[in-house]
Amino acid sequence: MAGQALLAARGLTRDFRGFRAVDGVDLDIAADSVHALVGPNGAGKTTLFNLLTGFLRPSGGRIELDGRDVTGLPPERVARLGVARSFQITSLFPQLSAREHVELALQSPSGLGWRFWRSAKLMRRYTDRADELLDMVGLAELSEAPAESLAYGRKRALELAIALALDPKVLLLDEPTAGMGLEDVDRTVELVARVRRGRTVVLVEHNMSVVGRLADTVTVLQAGRVLVEGPYEQVRADERVITAYLGAAGAAH
Amino acid sequence: MTSTVDTETDAGRPAPRSGLLAVTRAPGWVRYALLAVGLLVAFWLPNGLYPAVAVDILCWALFAVAVDLLLGFTGLMSFGHTAFWGASAYVTGLTAIHLGLPFPAAVLAGALAAAVLAVPIGYLAVKRTGIYFAMVTLAFAQMVYYVANEWRSVTRGENGLQGVPRELFGLDLTDDYYFYYAILPIVLLGLAAAWRIVHSPFGRVLVGIRDNPARARALGYPVHRYKLTAFVLSGFIAGLGGGLFAVGHRFVSLDVLHWTTSGKAVIVVVLGGIGTLWGGVLGAGILVRLEDWLSFSGFEAIGLVTGGIFVLVVLVFRRGVWGSAAALATRWAASRRR
Repeated sequence: MAGQALLAARGLTRDFRGFRAVDGVDLDIAADSVHALVGPNGAGKTTLFNLLTGFLRPSGGRIELDGRDVTGLPPERVARLGVARSFQITSLFPQLSAREHVELALQSPSGLGWRFWRSAKLMRRYTDRADELLDMVGLAELSEAPAESLAYGRKRALELAIALALDPKVLLLDEPTAGMGLEDVDRTVELVARVRRGRTVVLVEHNMSVVGRLADTVTVLQAGRVLVEGPYEQVRADERVITAYLGAAGAAH
Repeated sequence: MTSTVDTETDAGRPAPRSGLLAVTRAPGWVRYALLAVGLLVAFWLPNGLYPAVAVDILCWALFAVAVDLLLGFTGLMSFGHTAFWGASAYVTGLTAIHLGLPFPAAVLAGALAAAVLAVPIGYLAVKRTGIYFAMVTLAFAQMVYYVANEWRSVTRGENGLQGVPRELFGLDLTDDYYFYYAILPIVLLGLAAAWRIVHSPFGRVLVGIRDNPARARALGYPVHRYKLTAFVLSGFIAGLGGGLFAVGHRFVSLDVLHWTTSGKAVIVVVLGGIGTLWGGVLGAGILVRLEDWLSFSGFEAIGLVTGGIFVLVVLVFRRGVWGSAAALATRWAASRRR
């Protein structure tokens, strides 16, 4: 298992002023798998995400991507190495159009962004690919709309489009279906199922039906530690998990 | 979840509403018409105003556009841009006096010196955002001020550099009227450069960084390096203005490095409209003209009037003169379409 891990954490720890949000987490994300991180609020899922993407520096432990030590690299370097993320709270450029978002993402690996003496019209070379990606997430009609004018579910879809535009090896999705209506949830699940081919996806998700439909492996976190890890059915049946998490969540569904 | 992401997302960065998009999305003929009007005004200006005032307006237009490049398009409020304006004024003055170079070459030397100075200051400043960025830039500008004040053998301290020549291949430019037309091409080039930067792939990244630095980093853009590049480019353009100001006044005093000069540059941009680029040019025209009129009519408390205008703009016309006009025009166009 460890041999095939594309993204791995070893003893990963993060403290916030005496509060240990992530506590010695070992994680192996197998290549070409969908790996879900679940757990009650405050379990450290988002902190773990921020550690894996360089947005937070670990207090201890290490992170490896494809066997390479990436601990402590800044987020832009991690992104360049092929780890793209979406944000739990929608994080877009309010005044740019949907298409401009995707163009900006597509431009990122090239050096074009430094050309302050060239015309922005050069970015039109990305327009066709941007429109393809927008079509894929169901935003073809809204490509000209400024991001701030999009409905919530559409913003989440745009998040996904710009993450995909980076053509990442690992795609980290932080609650991709949070706050979505049933229809949008189904659409997102289908989309993730489609884009996972040839990719590794890490998913933080509260909706257990989404986890069940997508995840190959589930890691349950509690109080910053790994409680249980395994296939969905096995984790779901685990008593510790039912006590810690699924019991409460299951009653709600 | 209490985890905070240690980037600039939550720092108190200003959130300027861009008037730019309204104008750049205006039909082509509107943009060309505005450009034509702008050029006509630029060519007419010293015929309608005292040429010396017109020269000051051009210099301040460059300064304002440089500040707006950071404030409006990168989301960084520099409160120390006087360092680049003033350093260039001194280098330009010294080059012109001691080397007797044609003034455009002296101004270029000044602007390059300002850009070089912007590298270490920017390197340290862009690691902070919001009020901290403003304070770091202010602190560096104060350091430059004290260096200039103490280094009397070179800067002549409080006496200033006197007799900066307006040398240009033996042409007689002592008359401000002709001098205005001699510097106009340089100013237009500087403004065109700023326009190009804003409307380049680089400018697009800057706007992204302004609106959401964390997202820009997640896309793989090294935010600090982009900000530093913008800072140096801005320092260069501010330096162009400062150098021309030195030649225009034939005199460089410590005033060019005083912190109130930085404040005035910010006021000019806010008055014209943050994130509108041309608003800064308009703001420079309005403020310089107004100050000249007030001092000519013997009014002493100029700061009271400019301060009052600043408060009024911030409270009532958040978008500034240009931004408000663009918003009105957009609304008018939208109502006609219906």
